[in-house]
Amino acid sequence: MESSLQGECLHLWRGERHVLHGVDFKLRQGEVLQVTGANGTGKTSLLRTLCGLAQPEEGRVLWNGTDVKRDLPAYHGSLAYIGHEAPLKADLTARENLRYWAGVRRRVTRNDLDTALQKAGGEGWDERPVRTLSAGQRRRVALAGLSLLGAILWILDEPTTNLDAEGRELVARMIDEHIGRGGLVVAAVHHELFPDSAGSRRIELT
Amino acid sequence: MNTAPAPASALDAAQLILQRDLILAFRKRGQIAQPLAFFAIVVTLFPLAVSPELARLREVAPAALWIGALLASLLALEFLFRDDAQDGTLEQYALCGHSLTWLLFAKTAAHWLMTGLPLALIAPLAGLALGVPPGSGSGIVAAVTLGTLSLSLLGAIGAALTLGVKRGGVLLTLLTLPLALPILIFGARATELAIRGADFAAPLYLLAAFAVLGVTLAPLAAAAAVRINLE
Repeated sequence: MESSLQGECLHLWRGERHVLHGVDFKLRQGEVLQVTGANGTGKTSLLRTLCGLAQPEEGRVLWNGTDVKRDLPAYHGSLAYIGHEAPLKADLTARENLRYWAGVRRRVTRNDLDTALQKAGGEGWDERPVRTLSAGQRRRVALAGLSLLGAILWILDEPTTNLDAEGRELVARMIDEHIGRGGLVVAAVHHELFPDSAGSRRIELT
Repeated sequence: MNTAPAPASALDAAQLILQRDLILAFRKRGQIAQPLAFFAIVVTLFPLAVSPELARLREVAPAALWIGALLASLLALEFLFRDDAQDGTLEQYALCGHSLTWLLFAKTAAHWLMTGLPLALIAPLAGLALGVPPGSGSGIVAAVTLGTLSLSLLGAIGAALTLGVKRGGVLLTLLTLPLALPILIFGARATELAIRGADFAAPLYLLAAFAVLGVTLAPLAAAAAVRINLE
């Protein structure tokens, strides 16, 4: 079945503030939605609404044409969300973090961990506690986690934060491969990650 | 996505969470040691404050043990969800497709294994310092085991509700303490009967009933509170 994510006239209020003013979009398999906008325009709020973590005051989010609220567990099962901060424990090693993070979702073998870490450039420091890693290395652990989760829909909040040039390329490559396999990506970005092309949509929040 | 990975069952997920939390607790031992040390100190203060006379100490022993255990459990509750909420782990749990209720139950169980169970195990030892006959040890362990289990579950609701509050420790205590009173009453009663060598089954059953009620309802409430805090 063809998967799609659709936002219908999403309005979100944060206290007295009207954050999202009727966001509309439709995203199909093999497409990337880039969410741009200045700081404080609600990029993160939009992503959290799409995840089902925040409830919009008006409008709905549709996954494969049905309201996600109807079957949240199934929707969450096909979604991977990575926020500003990678959900990592400082006292666990990078490898342990991945094992416990992704393991809750799917069965993870040693091999899977090796592959994911290798792809994210994590060899050499994967047995070190995360507290000793740099912000960029943590972000790479998060990227390894993203590929491990095995979700079809990726929702990424500023995926290139703290990364060096090579790391940013890695993100672009991962997203490229993911949509090549028929995945869907929603990413909040500061600078445009991809030039506008057939597979790339863009919404600018104001 | 042609090779979809095998999904983890809810049981696998709970097992991983349990394992993870135990590993984390052993890496920062302070979290396990602090409530125990607190309990030991509170209980040993009683002979100093009341009188070193064993007969009188034996009378206040149930009160001393239970107030100590109650406060130590409350002290430990703050760690229950706080770290995971701060680093986004709870968010990932809420988005993993498993029931959040079940995952929080696993977390609470891990928390109890690290705080409540050790308390129950050292309670008879602390009781010895208060002149409690060694024969009543099993009754004390049973009562404190059930009592701390209920406290952990009850505290999970409070901990989840106060996630959004900065330095919510005091609020958490104020919120949980009044609700914990039945546990204190029946726990102390069971302990008192055990010390006297009488039949302590009745209050123990009531404690067990609280624990069962907690197991069934507390994770549901905690999950609802966590969801509100994530929004």
